[in-house]
Amino acid sequence: MSKSESTSAQPVLQSDRAESVFKDFKPPYDEGHAVVEASRCLFCDEPPCQQACPTSIDIPQFIRKIATGNIKGSARTIFDANILGMSCARVCPVEVLCVGDCVYNHMGQPPIQIGKLQRYATDIALAEGWQFFEAGPDTGKSVGLVGAGPASIAAAHQLRRAGHAVTIYDKRDVIGGLNTWGVAPYKMKAEAALEELEWVLRIGGIDIQLGIGVGPGEGDLPFEELEARHDAVFLGFGLGEDSSLEVPGQDLEGVHGAVDFIECMKLGALDLGWVKRAAVVGGGNTAIDAVRELKGLGIPEVVLVYRGQEAGMSGYQHEWKAAKVEGVTASWGSQPLAFLGAGRVQSIHCARLDENKKATGDMFTLGADLVLLAIGQGKLGELLGGIEGIALERGKVVTDADGATGRPGWYAGGDCRNGGKEVVNAVDEGKRAALAIDAYLRNKGG
Amino acid sequence: MDGNQMKKPARVVPDLTTNCAGIVSPNPFWLASAPPTNSGPQIERAFEAGWGGAVWKTLGQPIQNVSSRFGGLNYGGKKNIGFNNIELITDRPLESNFREMLACKKKFPKHAVIASLMVETEAEWEEFIARSVDAGADGLELNFGCPHGMCERGMGSAVGQEPKVNERITSWAKKYAEKYKPGLPVLIKLTPNVGDILPHGHAAQRGGADGVSLINTIKSIIGVDIDNYVPYPRVGGQSTNGGYCGAAVKPIALHMVGQLARDPDFQIPISGIGGVATWRDAVEFILLGSTSVQVCTEVMLKGYRIVEDMIEGLTEYMATHGFETIDQMVGKAIPAYSEWGLLDLNYETVAKIDADKCIGCYDCVAACRDGAHQCIFPATDGTRVPTIDEDECVGCNLCQIVCPVVDCISMVEVDNGFGEATWNEAVAGEKTLRPKKGSH
Ligand SMILES: Cc1cc2nc3c(=O)[nH]c(=O)nc-3n(C[C@H](O)[C@H](O)[C@H](O)COP(=O)(O)OP(=O)(O)OC[C@H]3O[C@@H](n4cnc5c(N)ncnc54)[C@H](O)[C@@H]3O)c2cc1C
Ligand SMILES: Cc1cc2nc3c(=O)[nH]c(=O)nc-3n(C[C@H](O)[C@H](O)[C@H](O)COP(=O)(O)O)c2cc1C
Ligand code: SF4
Repeated sequence: MSKSESTSAQPVLQSDRAESVFKDFKPPYDEGHAVVEASRCLFCDEPPCQQACPTSIDIPQFIRKIATGNIKGSARTIFDANILGMSCARVCPVEVLCVGDCVYNHMGQPPIQIGKLQRYATDIALAEGWQFFEAGPDTGKSVGLVGAGPASIAAAHQLRRAGHAVTIYDKRDVIGGLNTWGVAPYKMKAEAALEELEWVLRIGGIDIQLGIGVGPGEGDLPFEELEARHDAVFLGFGLGEDSSLEVPGQDLEGVHGAVDFIECMKLGALDLGWVKRAAVVGGGNTAIDAVRELKGLGIPEVVLVYRGQEAGMSGYQHEWKAAKVEGVTASWGSQPLAFLGAGRVQSIHCARLDENKKATGDMFTLGADLVLLAIGQGKLGELLGGIEGIALERGKVVTDADGATGRPGWYAGGDCRNGGKEVVNAVDEGKRAALAIDAYLRNKGG
Repeated sequence: MDGNQMKKPARVVPDLTTNCAGIVSPNPFWLASAPPTNSGPQIERAFEAGWGGAVWKTLGQPIQNVSSRFGGLNYGGKKNIGFNNIELITDRPLESNFREMLACKKKFPKHAVIASLMVETEAEWEEFIARSVDAGADGLELNFGCPHGMCERGMGSAVGQEPKVNERITSWAKKYAEKYKPGLPVLIKLTPNVGDILPHGHAAQRGGADGVSLINTIKSIIGVDIDNYVPYPRVGGQSTNGGYCGAAVKPIALHMVGQLARDPDFQIPISGIGGVATWRDAVEFILLGSTSVQVCTEVMLKGYRIVEDMIEGLTEYMATHGFETIDQMVGKAIPAYSEWGLLDLNYETVAKIDADKCIGCYDCVAACRDGAHQCIFPATDGTRVPTIDEDECVGCNLCQIVCPVVDCISMVEVDNGFGEATWNEAVAGEKTLRPKKGSH
């Protein structure tokens, strides 16, 4: 094992990261605007926005507190329900969550900008360094968490509030999971994610061991060892590598997995001056993020290559609309059959599919000197193969509603459990599992 | 140089426990006697939400209410900045009210439950007080304030407007309170429908009251249905005047509370009411002399859960301003509530516009030109940032008040070389006044 000492300290981000060129797509509110927007809130009873929030933040309450100038109370309400409330304010697809369910939509009036208000309150809280939570009295129990993504972070914080000792293991050397190195930089940059995490960790006692993979692999910490070290285990290792297409030419230079590419953009420098035309294969949210990111990085022509039609994309329509406004084009009904080029990719050979994704018999070739594959991520569930009591379903860890697996003391949450949703779902599942783990540890006694 | 400049006090851990005229509650937030305190189950839910006390919906000989009863005042797209009602006292059986009061007190022994009463004869006062004591009330509030329906029957504001009657009934109530539960606090709820609140506060004090609550609602007509020629709220083809309350009445209530609090001969505690909607409003009432605050309209509009923010906001305010107890705050702004004749006429401010923040709406230009002293002028350099003629600016605040941008127009103190001089001093020939501005 390379590093075994505790490394709760933040890794320092390099300053020439490619993501730095991006500006916020939704700029922050100043005080005047925040108060006006907050004062529009109807303070609904049994609020639909709160019901739409996976972490059930009491949205009307935090908004009223902004309106009255009680920003501290507002931030407390948010973080109490969602410890990554600052990230979620920026990265949540609010259009399909809270904002989408605002009753103003039924009046034909603009819905309350809940995400922006949440950002307003949480940004101030972090800037002021307000602390809302204390570690509970020591219980003498310890929990090992796999992965330092939103699910584990939320679980660890909740477990500390209950007084348990926690250790998080992550195979990477940066914390935060995809929230740090995956989300689009026009929503949030890595440094903001890390700033929030640094604030979250101030509860104290969250031991983070970076550079340590857990699993059956060479040099990894075996699960048996993890179980032996801790009284309970939380699995929050997310999803695996980008899936590949298994077609000829996929090993050509210039063909990359989209999530992999995004991680490079978020954490490192990129030289893309040579790219004239980039193609992103896929129709989900990672694909849409990728086309918008390529556009933002200055690539002149960016095209989305998708098997289905526009209306059938799994990515959010509001995101796709923004991509189109930014100048992205699409090739619908297009199934890549091979990547062509000598050493480096030059074009994609495609079959034309009809509305039912059936081959029409037509073929065509599309020029591209950079290709990103955004057709999904592998499931890491296989890591757990053979562990008694742990069931997998299509690579996802099977649990009950509180995140308990079939193996006593083993819990799971986040992408590895739900198959890949949002940060806010990971936070919710982590929090729920932590409450269940707390109950489990207290019942276990000893 | 500025003696007004506040030194930042050290942070403290505040205790919100309130003792208003001997009525103790976990915090100063009480529900005013009104629909939110109509029944025991409601008040129990309110206590669960965090309210510290509740003044029961006024009990008296049961009445019959009308339908409809309420009206809202809207302004510029904002609904219900003011509110009006023609509701009377409780219309529920007295037995139910007293039974529920007892149950509620059992469940919430630390919260304050105050029985609001309004009856006519001395015998009735004795009976109602005895029953309130049996029901476990922590105090009594005599409703001398209702401005409609009851005053026509010689109760409510008809009592509150007659110091002699007020004093007499207060003394009856005190007598029977002592008889049935020695030391039971009696508050007198005053009506704002008087020219000067002082004689009425004093009447209550003379009658032996432990404290006063104010304000009740203000006589009003909330609006008129201009197509059908009927005032609101309509009861069939007719209406009547009602009681005005809600956010819009706060300035009137603050004034009356402050008037009593600053009167050296007025010595009993005040429970402040009228337009309290947020923790800031509550802080203002307390700084002007209220020991507890009561809320009706905002709860009617938004529900009990608004108290969460009120408690948090007040706690944070106290923590950052160095107040450990409510008592330390009570009346803190009273010394600065002065007479016009004692204001410094040589104190001078002028308006300044922050050019970077200005959005060029010219609302200040119109306001100053048509509503003040014609000293803000449109830009001549194509920027749409107005210019201010500071030699003419009288420092009235109007431009700052109309400006839509936070911190864009500020009123800046000018050192004009003249020392402090009040009107009274000037009249007595003791001090020289600076030259008048804006009198061109
Ligand atoms: C490109 C992209 C953009 C996204 N954009 C958004 C967005 O805008 N808004 C939004 O809400 N959601 C977005 N998501 C989804 C969101 O990021 C995830 O749902 C969320 O991060 C899941 O959290 P998690 O903790 O379950 O897993 P992850 O965030 O994936 O974290 C898992 C962690 O486990 C570590 N790990 C993996 N295997 C091991 C192992 N064997 N041992 C030790 N550590 C291990 C990883 O290094 C990682 O740090 C996006 C996802 C992607 C791919
Ligand atoms: C619908 C309604 C009914 C009221 N009924 C009573 C009452 O029965 N007894 C009483 O003392 N005051 C009554 N009031 C007055 C309130 O208790 C309170 O004094 C007044 O509304 C001002 O406070 P607010 O601005 O918070 O509403 C009533 C007010 C309203 C709006
Ligand atoms: S608020 Fe309730 S009681 Fe009043 S009119 Fe509406 S439904 Fe009827």
